[in-house]
Amino acid sequence: MDRCKCNSDLSSPKHCNIERLRDIKDPEHPYSLEELKVITEDAIEVDDVQSYVRVTFTPTVEHCSMATIIGLCLRVKLLRSLPSRYKVDIRVAPGSHASEASVNKQLNDKERVAAALENPNLVDMVDECLAPSYG
Amino acid sequence: MELYEGGCDLKLLETLEGHSDRVWSLAWNPATGASGTPLVFASCSGDKTVRIWEHTPSPSATWTCKAILEDTHTRTVRSCAWSPSGKLLATASFDATTAIWENVGGDYECVSTLEGHENEVKSVSWNASGTLLATCGRDKSVWIWEMQPGNEFECVSVLQGHTQDVKMVQWHPSTDVLFSCSYDNTIKVWADDDDDWQCVQTLGEPNNGHSSTVWALTFNASGDKMVTCSDDLTLKIWETDNVQMHSGDGYAPWRHLCTLTGYHDRTIFSVHWSSGGIIASGAADDAIRFFVGNKDGLADGPSYKLLLKKEKAHDMDINSVQWSPGEKRLLASVSDDGVIKIWELVSLSTGNGY
Repeated sequence: MDRCKCNSDLSSPKHCNIERLRDIKDPEHPYSLEELKVITEDAIEVDDVQSYVRVTFTPTVEHCSMATIIGLCLRVKLLRSLPSRYKVDIRVAPGSHASEASVNKQLNDKERVAAALENPNLVDMVDECLAPSYG
Repeated sequence: MELYEGGCDLKLLETLEGHSDRVWSLAWNPATGASGTPLVFASCSGDKTVRIWEHTPSPSATWTCKAILEDTHTRTVRSCAWSPSGKLLATASFDATTAIWENVGGDYECVSTLEGHENEVKSVSWNASGTLLATCGRDKSVWIWEMQPGNEFECVSVLQGHTQDVKMVQWHPSTDVLFSCSYDNTIKVWADDDDDWQCVQTLGEPNNGHSSTVWALTFNASGDKMVTCSDDLTLKIWETDNVQMHSGDGYAPWRHLCTLTGYHDRTIFSVHWSSGGIIASGAADDAIRFFVGNKDGLADGPSYKLLLKKEKAHDMDINSVQWSPGEKRLLASVSDDGVIKIWELVSLSTGNGY
């Protein structure tokens, strides 16, 4: 079983969600979400017993039009790496976005997410952000 | 409700696999389950197909997939509905079309394709007489189609009014009044005045309505009550005056009766009212819940209580729950886990179904 730097195993979400999410590239800038402080370690809440994860992210600017894309990237990354029993909620940090309620609602509407992920252009954008960067 | 004084349980009869992606919805064929006709239902999935399942009674008493409706929809099939005669099946898809299928000697043929929605179609419903079809979708509109000879459909109205994605449409069980519910948190009632369709009522927050997306609605057998379920974690029960509704004016106003709060902790995607008066709900916490109304002696009308909660009914979100028609009262549930389950609600004291 792979071990993380903090010595918990990488298959457990409890300590290592930042490992999963840190390298996601921002859709607009040539930096990762962690580098831009869009996502930080304490913004990921995990309850292993309840199989629940909540991710809170801070868009780079208040009117960030990419907020829904970033949220979608976070969701897809977690979908691909967590066991299917996990329930995931994604939200923007309170006060960090002009249309906070509307962005949160869209990000957590499962049917809207499913339809978005059938859109090849959106999927390409998400895959681009999720692709590992080398060098 | 007295049947369950000794408690009840939800007995799993069968687990049906086959779809290769999440199952979004199912519809029982209303012309099956009685007079020796084996029960049939259709399920639809993110795998772009619809599967038809039939019950083989004795001796093996099992369910078989009789047909797979594929190579027609090019995206998720979100919802399906049988015509009242059971002869036609309508399927609504994210590919923006609604397909009409006819059972021709065991094979299902797509006999018509309804186009018009700008993007994902989310729900389809037939009226009680099978002459009208309604669809709705993310383009915020509700379309009404009239069946013509030769399985052709003509659009008779495009209804604007919802300000967001429309999640479901459902015709009233005995009158041609249409109901829709939406991401805009409201339920709208649509009625026609000499073929001119209008929104005659909106049930929103000012009417004790929901505070988030309304995912589904269902009517009781007599059609004077309806229950709606929402992302706001509540079920709301609404009522109308049945006498006025059937009086020929075509429509009677609906009012909030009660709200069931504190029973669900994640989005409720589906709700269905059985002909015997039991409300089943399917939610994003993988559980199925049952509620019944208590008619006795309350001046304000019936109150509703939780009859049973079946936790971990599925491994993932439950997208739809539907009571079967016919003599045997079964419940089917479908889930993101790709699986369909058939259940029977049994009384613990008698061991029998209700």
